[in-house]
Amino acid sequence: MAKIGVFVCHCGENIASVVDTERLVKEISEHPGVAVATEYKYFCSDPGQETVKRAIRENNLTGVVVSACSPRMHETTFRKACAEAGLNPYMLEMANIREHCSWVHSDKEEATDKAIEITRSLVEKVKRNNNLKPIEVPITRRAMVIGGGIAGIQAALDIAGAGREVVLVEREPSIGGHMSQLSETFPTLDCSQCILTPRMVEAIQHPNIRVMTYSEVESVDGYIGNFKVKVRKKARYVDMDKCTGCGDCIQKCPVKKIPSEFECGLGKRTAIYTPFAQAVPNVPVIDKDRCTYFKNGRCKICEKTCQIENCIDFEMQDTFEEIEIGAIVVATGFQIQDTSIYGEYGLGKYKDVITGLSFERLASASGPTGGVIRRPSDGEIPDTIVFIQCAGSRDPSKGVKYCSKICCMYTAKHAMLYAHKNHDGNSQIFYMDIRAAGKGYDEFTRRAIEEDGAEYLRGRVSKIYEENGKLMVRGVDSLLGKPVEVAADMVVLATAIVPQPDAKETAKKIGIGYDEYGFYNEAHLKLRPVETATAGIYLAGACQSPKDIPDSVAQASAAAAKVIGLFSRELLEREPVVASISDATCAGCFGCQMACPYNAIDVRDINDRNGNLIKQVADVNPGLCQGCGTCVTFCRSNSIDLAGFTEKQIFAEVMAL
Amino acid sequence: MSESFEPKIVAFVCTYCTYAGADLAGTSRLKYAPNVRIVRLPCTGRISPMFILKALQKGADSVLVSGCHPGDCHFAAGNYHARRRWTVFRALLAFTGIPEERIHFSWVSAAEGAKFADLINDITEKTRKIGPFTQYQELQKVIETQSSY
Repeated sequence: MAKIGVFVCHCGENIASVVDTERLVKEISEHPGVAVATEYKYFCSDPGQETVKRAIRENNLTGVVVSACSPRMHETTFRKACAEAGLNPYMLEMANIREHCSWVHSDKEEATDKAIEITRSLVEKVKRNNNLKPIEVPITRRAMVIGGGIAGIQAALDIAGAGREVVLVEREPSIGGHMSQLSETFPTLDCSQCILTPRMVEAIQHPNIRVMTYSEVESVDGYIGNFKVKVRKKARYVDMDKCTGCGDCIQKCPVKKIPSEFECGLGKRTAIYTPFAQAVPNVPVIDKDRCTYFKNGRCKICEKTCQIENCIDFEMQDTFEEIEIGAIVVATGFQIQDTSIYGEYGLGKYKDVITGLSFERLASASGPTGGVIRRPSDGEIPDTIVFIQCAGSRDPSKGVKYCSKICCMYTAKHAMLYAHKNHDGNSQIFYMDIRAAGKGYDEFTRRAIEEDGAEYLRGRVSKIYEENGKLMVRGVDSLLGKPVEVAADMVVLATAIVPQPDAKETAKKIGIGYDEYGFYNEAHLKLRPVETATAGIYLAGACQSPKDIPDSVAQASAAAAKVIGLFSRELLEREPVVASISDATCAGCFGCQMACPYNAIDVRDINDRNGNLIKQVADVNPGLCQGCGTCVTFCRSNSIDLAGFTEKQIFAEVMAL
Repeated sequence: MSESFEPKIVAFVCTYCTYAGADLAGTSRLKYAPNVRIVRLPCTGRISPMFILKALQKGADSVLVSGCHPGDCHFAAGNYHARRRWTVFRALLAFTGIPEERIHFSWVSAAEGAKFADLINDITEKTRKIGPFTQYQELQKVIETQSSY
């Protein structure tokens, strides 16, 4: 026999001024199954909760309805009170007579009628509630960080520093990401390599971090605390354990004229190569598509040069490894937009129209020009450089509506670096707005203008063409309202930051959402910015949206904190709102499997005692099930039900209205 | 139709968007017609056409189904299922003789308190115009003797 306690809260005046709580208590106490009905000024207060607890104990209540505010407000509070009084916390329902009644209606009579109906309907529901237990899931306390740029490295170091194992997966031959390509960094102008390489070395030497370079995530299965990640280790053709990184093979490789990806094509590399001198790990890879041996079956000069036996192995194959992982940090970074869409700027047509990233390589001390800014066409030092901001960003006609965030800053930096290296140089910057929000950022752009003579022209560039060995940049100065034409020796485009070209495929593999561009979606833009909608998967860096280094590092540490928090527990506790399937009636149509957005439904064999298959049924994995209930409605044989929102509960709720 | 007819509207809403939107209408103190009764569900994907029929049988004059906007479902795709189900359910409604105008389908996000209030006022007004839904109630006795729920 149900014994329900109904507790009607006044919420000060919030409820009681509109709802006649006395009538509510009187009428509900006459409802079948209601053992206690009482009212109080603030049930959420300590004495209020004590009243609830005492009533539960004294009357051996089987269920509780608190007629008060939204369950989103105080469900947890009263669940706790129930548990403390020895009642299963899931035997509680909140009747929302504040947000959904007293606050939105003014007629006392009507509001009271409504409050009675709401309460009655939840009394009928709670009568059919079941004792539930939070679901406990074990955790594998090993994290995977996908992407070895600065965000990935930071997240890995933080998690490893807290004493947890980390697998850092990077698809390039070396970790370091885009930051390793940069010359100096804003707003302090410290050299990128100088601050990054120690962190790279720290990561590879950390006893808790396993760095897997030249490796890619193939698939992610499982759920929070219990992921299974399959990683493809691409054939390097060089034994990681044996190689000492002496570099003899690179010296002797006869294929020397491959445009280096790391140098944005401004420098050359060999077929057996490390992307850059400070690569971590310092073990070369063989570019199979360019290697003479792989093309013609002859050469193997690297193998002959190598002093270590069997270190270079042309027979090496891709291998796969399945790793058990508890949490994943996605830090896959960005690419720069393919600027060929700006035909009028002539990128690719004119050698001296380059991207900002190429300029970084020209300005870098370890770059192809040793840090002297020379134009790519003839190696001359340019006298005038035109920088064009928003070359792709904030241009819906080119498919990028957003601001790439870092270009204002790095363009100012480029102008500064150019001024520092070439005192007579003249830099002209076409801009739309200068967006320099950040610590020390506005001061930095001011310095570029005031101390280093960068000339800012507000306006867009319409065309670049070549004339008498100069690049003629034609645009408009919208402040003067006049067309301008600048004769430049070199043009640098601040190209848009876009997601990795395969960002969407990667997201599908991992099981996270992405926006219209392919940037990964956070669970909540403001309040849960580093979590994804998939529990146990977190975001760091520019894979979420364009970010500079400080932001990427901050987000990486935040993601790491989430992972460390998760790993601080022995077991995971989850709301027990999950679906369950009756073996007896399941017809095995597996329609539910198609309906489930979480792949939480498996096929399970039912065998007789001799091991003969009787039938196959659908089976819910409670660790994966998020409790949406789509499968329940889908099921043709009515074999599925959702704990906390069962068919019986809802029909009873409707019938009482 | 009597002048004092006050329709009853049963709203099946998801807890993540529309229920929260209704909460926001509350915290913003937006006034709307008191004719709606809300049934909270985890997701519109959980809403069975049977719930709607049951509500109409019990005396609702209109039913509202509302969840997260397309693309915003907390459960990734539950609202798409609800939408597809609704297109199929429409055919069943025609078959059972329930006018389609009794059923309302909407998206209300957690940020759309005002939209929720307007929606309820609008449905109340429309239902008031078309009058009480009695066909089902006349059959109710027959149904109750047969129903296992």
